[in-house]
Parts: sequence; structure tokens; C-alpha cells
Amino acid sequence: MSFDPQLATIRFGLGLGPQHDLPRSVDALLVEARATPIHAIAHFPDVRPTMADIRQATRDRRAANGTDQEDAVAEKSRQMRRAMAEFRDQSMRAHFARAVDAPTGFAERLTAFWADHFTVLPRNGAAYHLVSGYVEQAIRPHIMGHFRDMLRTAGLHPMMLLFLQQSQSVGAKSVFGLRRKRGANENLARELMELHSLGVDGPYSQTDVTELADLLTGVNYVAEKGFRFDPRGAEPGAETVLGVTYSDHDSLANVEQALDDLAAHPATAQHLAFKLAQYFVADAPDTGLVQAMADAYRLSDGHLGTMVEQMLDHPAAWAGSPARIKSPEQFVASGMRALAVQGTGLLRSNRRSLRLILHTPLRVMGQPWQRANGPDGWPEIGTDWITPQAMAGRINWAMQAPRHLMKGRLTDPRDFVVQALGRFAAQDVIFAAGASEGREEGVGIVLASPAFQRS
Amino acid sequence: MDRRAFLTRMGAVGCSAAASPLFTPMALASAPWDTRLVVILLRGGMDGLDVVRPVGDPDFIGLRPTLQRDTLELTDFFGLHGALRPLLPLWQDGDFGAAHATSTPYRGKRSHFDGQDILEAGSLGGLRTTDDGWLNRLLQIVPGISGQTGFSIGRNIELILSGRAPMSSWSPEASLALSPQAERLLRLVYENDPMFAAASDKAIEIAQTVAMDAGRDQETSDEMMGQPMMAQVNGNAEHVKLAEFAAARLRGQTRIASFSINGWDTHANQRNGLSNALRRLSDTILTLRSGLAPVWDKTAILCLTEFGRTARENGTRGTDHGTGGAMLYAGGALNGGRVLGDWPGLGAEALLNQRDLMPTRDIRSYPAWVMHALMGIDKRAIELSVFPGLEMGPDPRIVG
Repeated sequence: MSFDPQLATIRFGLGLGPQHDLPRSVDALLVEARATPIHAIAHFPDVRPTMADIRQATRDRRAANGTDQEDAVAEKSRQMRRAMAEFRDQSMRAHFARAVDAPTGFAERLTAFWADHFTVLPRNGAAYHLVSGYVEQAIRPHIMGHFRDMLRTAGLHPMMLLFLQQSQSVGAKSVFGLRRKRGANENLARELMELHSLGVDGPYSQTDVTELADLLTGVNYVAEKGFRFDPRGAEPGAETVLGVTYSDHDSLANVEQALDDLAAHPATAQHLAFKLAQYFVADAPDTGLVQAMADAYRLSDGHLGTMVEQMLDHPAAWAGSPARIKSPEQFVASGMRALAVQGTGLLRSNRRSLRLILHTPLRVMGQPWQRANGPDGWPEIGTDWITPQAMAGRINWAMQAPRHLMKGRLTDPRDFVVQALGRFAAQDVIFAAGASEGREEGVGIVLASPAFQRS
Repeated sequence: MDRRAFLTRMGAVGCSAAASPLFTPMALASAPWDTRLVVILLRGGMDGLDVVRPVGDPDFIGLRPTLQRDTLELTDFFGLHGALRPLLPLWQDGDFGAAHATSTPYRGKRSHFDGQDILEAGSLGGLRTTDDGWLNRLLQIVPGISGQTGFSIGRNIELILSGRAPMSSWSPEASLALSPQAERLLRLVYENDPMFAAASDKAIEIAQTVAMDAGRDQETSDEMMGQPMMAQVNGNAEHVKLAEFAAARLRGQTRIASFSINGWDTHANQRNGLSNALRRLSDTILTLRSGLAPVWDKTAILCLTEFGRTARENGTRGTDHGTGGAMLYAGGALNGGRVLGDWPGLGAEALLNQRDLMPTRDIRSYPAWVMHALMGIDKRAIELSVFPGLEMGPDPRIVG
């Protein structure tokens, strides 16, 4: 069991597409994952309107209430909301344009994995347009780098600080705490250990959560001023997390050291290796594979690129046929690749098509765009996606999306079955594709088939 | 997280329930039975101390300096969060109540996801040690169930209802209509893949049933909208649509329904966050109340959450993950207008780890007593099969 070009594209990428050459080696995947992304998505600081713009608009609206400026200000605020919706749509278009235009989509899969690992949800329902910028800035540059860099950037990102309410957390005995009678909350501290690093079975206690929460105080994001460490909000004194005492000199360096220590913890190596192997290879991944990946992580000082390379070099990563259930996003992306949809077309698509092809179907399939239920993100077990309601969503997409996407240029189902499934096209699917009453139906049956639902 | 670590086994064979000696069939008015049980999962950890406030406890005010405002009087000891005002008439009718100082057996790490696992598995091992949610295990020991007796509603399947016994799972926004030939070909390609075969068969079956029920759904909806209590309820909100869909199913073949309401994780600015969540819950219960009007006297609604929150308000006008909390319940079949449970007090020594409200009763004992007293399920069957290892304890008189 070793590298196989078709399996590489289906299991580690976003699926076969007639417009793409197959990768020739593991190196091709690694090169792709390290390359600069195609189709620009703005980084968080460059996204407009910013958090500060949104807050200013709210203040303006309040101030204009009852004055002759009211209508003008309301109109401005409507324009801003339209701009936000448009920006959000444009990020989604670029996201899926990348998915169809990438050689295999390996980098997109890795990005989706880590974006899910560090799920953020805007508290302010208006700020959904900022999520893609967060992923582009905090996740994407680190998918082949050191985990500690990702942990620092994503774990302390404004979107995370707002989502897990760190921004309001101050030390009870700090200057701000005493003056405003405020204190800390444990939200970010707990998820940093439970979800982002050690895992829920990791060796931490409630005391470690409380101590880390105190250590994190001072870390702060204010829309108008940006990210900062403000010692006036930091709990005075030293904190001890997992047996390590961090100096009583309150500084960002202390916080970063604590995050680096979490990143370097053996429990983190195990947690991340298991999740990554599970995401790409199998719901119950081979223990040898997981161990090899965890070892690679530890020996490389938490280098994700090294762990990824170890995964691709391991025979267990190439075992069997595609088996893991694709997530809804992965399914529609691979469907569009198989249909040879072009990124340029997606980038030009109007809002109605976006709703019809992506937004609504993803919701019914159980993966509403950028709206996971909580900080733990999407299901890790692939088979959890297959419920009756989600299955209806998948079958509907398979049967209806090709017509909208291809507009009369639909491939013969007998060719499409090979185009989409390669050597994994089973006899029953080949037969069904040929026995369908029309092209749409034949193509739909192939897309809905179990072989196409798996990677 | 392994909270979803167990499969949806739609088509797998249910165990032979009809022969179960542990079941007392006498209580069943008609097959399979006539009472309605709705379990609403409040995901995120509802702060029981803020929803049902022990205002008579001398330590309460000191623990909750900013979380006191707008309290409605319930008893001489407890007050209700103001956002639940629309439920006061139900309280007065004895159709809405609470159990306090209760929790699952989960202790220590206070993870949402492990907490929810344990709540839904109904056992301390969580879903790592069982493939079945406890509502599914209930389905496994009662005779005469159909695939629609148990119904999970929403975008995700509720693990509390999934497992070996057949059940349904659907979302009001899903639909499926296939040409006969497409259906035949799909069955063909799914034939050798049991999971896909089961899920798609079930999807086709439910989509057809729901489509056939459209008349009754419309009738339910019309009836509901005519009721004064629905005047303030936003009929387009997602939780209201779930509740309406649940009511329509429960007026048909369904006897057990489950769905979730999110948004209870109030670490900061709890006054806003909790009010919003409670308004969703109140709208949900009012929708069920009006949608289930013809069977309200046979209905039990239990609102369960994975854990309570810290007794002491935190530094950001919210609360962190705790242990003991409250269960809310409603329904004409239940004994409302009261707060059940022994009160442990809120003094420093009374708290669990000097932090959390001390649970004085296992939350599982309440659904257990509902199953026994309302549905006629044998106590041994509950303690052995539905909630293995649970001691139901004395009758809390939740039914009546």
C-alpha cells in the first residue's frame, strides 16, 4: 500500500476532475499544500467593514435617532449591511473557486480541517463576513508550519477572543477589575485545552482551567484599538498551569509561553494526530498511523508539515478504497470538480445561484456555511453526516445541481461515471448510469452513489 | 470530540420488544400507547440558578450581584426569570414546573460535549460505551412501535433518540421527490451499502409520510395561529418551526419527540444571552401547548441540559460551567406549579467544590418517573435497560 494518484486526489484532495492532471507523488501534494493560494480572499484586517466600522454605524444610528439625519444614517447602515452580505458571498465564491481549480484540493482540505479545529462564530450576527478573513489570516498560512504559531494566531485572534468572550475577561484583582468590579471568565481557557490542544481526555483539571483563565487576563480586543495586551487588566501574581508556573510579571510573552507549552505537550501531539488521521483516512484510524504522526509531531517540535508528510508516507494512509464519508462541503466541492465546473464561473455566479447550489443545500445536508453549532465545530465521525434528512439533501443536490451548473452541457453519464470515480467505479454504478432515463438523472445517480460519497 | 461518535443505525434491526417481560402493558390505552413525551435538549448548559432563582436563600443575593433583576414570584422561596413571563399562566394551571438542584452523574471536567454525551446516553460512560441514546432504549423495551413512534427533529439527529430501535429523523426544511426510475436506480446503487440503503430508504419513507400528512399539518397550524397565546410568537423562527413540526408528528403516529435549543452557554453578559434563549424556549413551549391542544392532557415535556453553571457569578456578568442546575417541565400530564427537589443551600460548605450548586437528585430520575407513572413502564426495566444503574428513588410526584 503506497501512493496512488487517484486515491491521493479522492482521499486527500477534493476529488477527480477532468480538467486536472493527477498528482505524480506525495511530493506533488506537499508542494501544493505549501503553495500560495489561488483566488484571493482578504485577510481579516483588510476586510471592510471592520468590527470598528460596524460599531461606529450602530453609534451613528443611535445618535441620529429622532433627528433629521435619521433616514440618511439608516440608508448608510443598509448599504453597509448589503456590503457585508456581498463580501460574505464573494468569500464563499472564492472558497469554492479554489476548491474546483486547485490541482487536488489538498491545501483546501487541510485548511478546512484546521478552520474547524479553531471554529469561530461571530457573537454579533452581523459579523459573519469576517469569518473567511480570519481563516485566511490565522489558519491558512500555518497549515504546513508549526502548530504553536497557529495556536497563537487563531487562539488569540480577535474573532476567537470575541467568540469565547475573552475580551471582557479581566483579573478580579487587576486595576480594571477592582475599578469596574469585574473579573475573569473561563470560556477561552477551557476550550484552549479541551478543544484546541490537549483534548478532553488530556491531563488537565478544573484548577488548570481557572489558572489559565487568570493567566489570559490582559489579552484583549477592542474594535477601535485592535488586539493588545493590557497589563491593567491582568490578574496580578503568578499562575500555575499543568505544573508550570508562569512569572508574576504580567505580559503577553507569558501568555504566549503558556500556549507554546500547550502546543508542545505530548497529549496535544496525540490529540492532533488522531484528529488529522481520522479526518483524512478513517473514522477509526490505524493506531500505527496515529502513533507515527504523533511521534513526527513531537520530534519536529510540533511541525504540522512534518506530521502531514509522515501521514502521506505511511502505508496505512493508502489502505483500501475511499471509505470515509465526505462532509457536505467536501461532497459539493468534489461534485463540482467532477462536473468540470470552472472557478471563473463560480466567481461570477449571482446570489440566487449561490443560494440554490450552495447555501440552501449545505444547510439541509447539515453543514450550514460557517455556522457550526458550537466551538467544537463539525462532526468528526464521517458516518454522523448520514441521516435521513441529510441524505435527502445529498440526493437532491446530486439530482438538481448538475442542471443548474452545466446548463445543457451535461456529460454522458457513461463517461461521467469514469470521470468522477476513476478506478473506483463499481459495476452497479456503471450499470445504473447507463440505465437512467436522461443525462441529468444518470449524472445524479453517480453523484449520489456511495462510492462518490466517500473519500 | 466523540459526542457524535455513535452511528445512526437507521435500518438496523430493533430488539424483540414485544416479548419483553419487563413491560407492563396495562397502562397502555392504545397501541403503542397514548401519552406524548417531548424531550428538549438545552445545549450549552442552562443556568438553573438564574432561571429558577432561589431568592429565599440568604446566600443567593451575594453570589449573583448583577443577575437579580426582573424576578417573577413563583413560591415563597423561588422566583422565575422575567423572560419566562409568557409561561406564568401555564404555571398557574399546574402545567409548567421545575426540578432544582439536579444533574447527570457527570462530575469534574465540565465539558459541554462530554456532558451532553452523558445526558443523551443516560449513563456515565456516555456514548463511548453505548450505541444507544436512552430514549432509543425506551423504544427498545415497549411493544408495537413503528418507525415513527420516536421522532428526532432538526438539522442534526438527536443522539438521545438514536440507536438500534427504528426511529425517524427529519428536518422541516428537508424534502425529497424522485421519479420512479431514479428511485429504482438509487436503490440499486445503495443495495450493497447498508448505511446508505437505510438512510435513503428512511428519507424516501419520511418524505412521503410528511407529504401525506400535509393536510393535518395545515389543520394544526391553523388551529395554533388562532390561539391568543401565539400572538407574540414569531412563527418564522427556526425553533418555532421545529416545535410546530413536532406537534404535527405527535398528533399523528409519533409518541416521543426530541429536538434541541442552543444558546445557553452564557459566560458573559448573561442578562442578554439568557433572556434570548429563554424567549426561544418559551415560544417553543407555547407552540407545543397550542399545537398539542387536543392531547395536552396526555403530554409531558422535559427540558434537559448538560450541566448547571457556577453558583457565583463570574467577572464578566455571566457564569462558567458548573454541575447542579434545574430541569424545566411542562404538559397537562405533569404536576406543575411547583419546584421539585431538595434544596441543598448555597453556603460555602454546601456548594460542590466551593463552586457549583450541589445536585441532590440525579436528573435521570425525573424522566424515569415520567416513564413509570405516565407510561406504565416497569421500574426494573427502567433501572436495568433505560438508565442502567440508576436508582429511581422516592416518587417526586412529577406526574399527576
